[in-house]
Amino acid sequence: MADTRDIEVTVNGQRHSATVETRTSLGDFLRQGLGMTGTHMGCEHGVCGACTVLLDGEAVRSCLMLAVQANGHEVTTIEGLADADGTLSPLQKAFWENYGLQCGFCTPGMLTSLTAFLKENPDPSEREVREAISGNICRCTGYQGIVDAALSAAKTMREV
Amino acid sequence: MGVRYIGAEVQRMEDPRLITGHGRYVDDITMQGMLHAAFLRASQAHAKIRSIDTSRAAALPGVHRVFTLADFAPEYQKPMNQLYPAPVIEQNKTQYPLAKDEVCYVGEAVAVVVADSRAIAEDALALIDVDYETLPAVVNIMTALEDGAPLAHADTSSNLMGRMRSKFGDIDDAFAKADHVFSADFMQHRGGCHSMETRGVIARDDPWGEGLSLWTSAQSPYLIRRALATWLGEPEERVRVVAPDVGGGFGPKAGFYPEEIVIPLVARALGRPVKWIEDRREHFVATTTQRDQHWHLEVACTSEGKMLGLRGTVTHENGAYIPYGILLPNSSLMPLPGAYSIPAVDVGVDIVFTNTVPNSPVRGAGRPCGIYAVERMVQTVSRELGIPPEEVRRRNYVRPDQMPYKTGATLRGGAPLVYDSGDYEALLDKALDLADFAAFKERQAAARKEGRYLGIGISSCIEDTGMGPYEGTTVRVESSGKVAVRTGAASQGQGHHTMIAMIVAENLGVSPEDILFESADTGKFPHGVGTIGSRVAANVGPSAFDASTKVREKALRLAAEVLEASEADLDIENGVVRVNGAPDLSVTLGELAVKLSPASALRVPEGFDPLLEATSYDGSSGSPIACGSNVAEVEVDPGTGEVRVLRYSVAHDCGVMINPMIVHGQIVGGVIHGIGNALFERMIYDDQGQPLTTNYGEYLLPLASEMPRVDVTHMETPSPLNSLGVKGAGEGGTIPAAPAVVAAIENALEEFNVVIDYYPVDPQYLCELIDKGAAQAAE
Repeated sequence: MADTRDIEVTVNGQRHSATVETRTSLGDFLRQGLGMTGTHMGCEHGVCGACTVLLDGEAVRSCLMLAVQANGHEVTTIEGLADADGTLSPLQKAFWENYGLQCGFCTPGMLTSLTAFLKENPDPSEREVREAISGNICRCTGYQGIVDAALSAAKTMREV
Repeated sequence: MGVRYIGAEVQRMEDPRLITGHGRYVDDITMQGMLHAAFLRASQAHAKIRSIDTSRAAALPGVHRVFTLADFAPEYQKPMNQLYPAPVIEQNKTQYPLAKDEVCYVGEAVAVVVADSRAIAEDALALIDVDYETLPAVVNIMTALEDGAPLAHADTSSNLMGRMRSKFGDIDDAFAKADHVFSADFMQHRGGCHSMETRGVIARDDPWGEGLSLWTSAQSPYLIRRALATWLGEPEERVRVVAPDVGGGFGPKAGFYPEEIVIPLVARALGRPVKWIEDRREHFVATTTQRDQHWHLEVACTSEGKMLGLRGTVTHENGAYIPYGILLPNSSLMPLPGAYSIPAVDVGVDIVFTNTVPNSPVRGAGRPCGIYAVERMVQTVSRELGIPPEEVRRRNYVRPDQMPYKTGATLRGGAPLVYDSGDYEALLDKALDLADFAAFKERQAAARKEGRYLGIGISSCIEDTGMGPYEGTTVRVESSGKVAVRTGAASQGQGHHTMIAMIVAENLGVSPEDILFESADTGKFPHGVGTIGSRVAANVGPSAFDASTKVREKALRLAAEVLEASEADLDIENGVVRVNGAPDLSVTLGELAVKLSPASALRVPEGFDPLLEATSYDGSSGSPIACGSNVAEVEVDPGTGEVRVLRYSVAHDCGVMINPMIVHGQIVGGVIHGIGNALFERMIYDDQGQPLTTNYGEYLLPLASEMPRVDVTHMETPSPLNSLGVKGAGEGGTIPAAPAVVAAIENALEEFNVVIDYYPVDPQYLCELIDKGAAQAAE
């Protein structure tokens, strides 16, 4: 029988108790255990960045982290980026306005990575934004719309 | 006329759900009782299977069943369909859905485990014992046709899959009267699609109910339905194929795969829904890629650089099986002679089997290769004759007064390839302006003083888009006044919903938000063709326009009766038909729809068919030819071979742009894909056929940190071939990118006499060329 542990994780503000196999990745737990499919598994070897979530506010790859390691932590996924009333975050809004996505598969990782980055660096240069998402692969956009969205969101957030 | 949407940068209708995590990709779908599959794949490139023992795997707790080909009913122990039969195919090899007694590439599916979870299914794979007898493998296309070369299949007579040729004009005359003949040999390599979503399939069989249903991450659900139904020997009507949200396609998702047979068969055998999601390593070895093509070309030209003829031979890597007919070699030759008026062409291609993953188109299919070849010859003429590359192009372009221009080549369906419209030289000028080409020499000289090497490269292309036969649309106003729009075309992120909603909304006088859009579900629209070859805007665009025009006409005709007014005095705005000058007289589209779909015992108004609905299959009457010129500016470090693209300028013409924002995104994304081909993406096999690049540490994709900003400007020359004047835009960024980057690298390294004969241009290869050039100069 597979080795299991009981964990408690807060996801997007809601506490979840669960029994998980020790080998289950955080990404698989979010998707299969909690049914939150907004987080996407793109490469499952830690390069493409699609599965990025925020762990206590920091960007982590949910394919490289085990669910048991998230025990006692707070996780934010793409489903938790908008306000409770559905108001989009400035970054989400900027992605929509700047054509920051096409197929949408890398988008959860782009949004979470940039959410963490813009908190740390509210006034980035284009080069800094490009470095910040150098661990997130997008095959559709050529990155330009994503970079424009991040710069636009940073500006909006500074003006608030 | 109401609000204009066509031509406006309307924000995408798709985005609100995708930026909040509410997309619905195949892996997001779960079903009651669903089981999970994992495939055992060949670990050897070429081997006989002596035996397969699945007993240990089957005994693992949580495993429901393990299948090999022998576990299927006898009528299913047969190879897959040839999707595109062609007389050119001399040796037809399609694979078995699971290997029979021979494997011919690493990654070929051998067995499938179905279990309670994917993790258990993967555990069980390690418990399957396959006894292989290794056979010699063929990998190198340059030696594959030599006598004594290992054969990719045990039962073929040679590695030649087939031969084809593009020949037109008087080639002998062209070369006889030429002042000069120059030749070039070069290898081209294109990698895989690397959509961020891998492939995936869910199958559910309900023999007493809905029949067999498939949810698959695909570009061509109708092709899969027909291929699967045909293979099974069952009616298409009992097979439903749905492509839900698809996370990128770029070509390889347009085919029909073994998993799309095996998952339905095992779901049927177990009476439970079964899901399979490809993992990334599988994607490298089991999803088709494009890979190697070698060209030997000769160009005949005058002393002034006017090109008279092109002749040569191509060797095309096919991989182990033929999943996609001859589409790739065909689309490699078809674009010759590119944007230029070269009267004679004679180029043949040998299509070669290797023990590698089968070949299929990747963004642009063979077009990037054909255009690269032509552009290489332009660069060769420029170099040999000392005429600037932009000047050689100017002297050879097909001019607007030559349109419509028949090249002599034929399209896939056999029709002549005709350039319908465009001004190639004006496009070049726009690209050069955007790139500040005039001041480049100053930038180059200033950088050189700092010890930096800058180079600039140009390329021009044409692209046949919008291939037929059609991609239909149904538009139906429902009782709420909302408008249901259905089409077969699957989207992999192109923004079809937005584009089609804009067309219908403008034409019908409603808001794009009123459009209820559904696509890529064979259960909801009778037939579609597929999202390939930049064809959707030029096919669905006109059909959506035509269907909504018919609905508008019907609504106005009925409204005229209801309002007792003349049709000419009516207009539709915000879903309400009003009489001009009498604003109180109105009827909504929803009310008209109810009149045309009455309750029992009531009557449909006389002279009208039921439903406020129309279907159209209007499309393009030929292939609209898009065109573009690109300018790449690079910096090369001759010490390390590092290439950095500093600036990239595109002038593109895809006719009327329905949504310029969407076109812009297609072009920019396409360019970055092409730069990836030029500099990074290389699927490497060793000489035993073992793939060496099966993760994103080994196989490099373009990253944000390495990629330039792409500047884009447009011309809008309406295509005369469809009602909207549109041409396709999906691949026009990729096609000319590699030749521009490669020319720029050569330009940067002019003093080292570097002539590039291979891409991707990796640093090691570039350093070797620099050393070679320096050694030659020293002699």
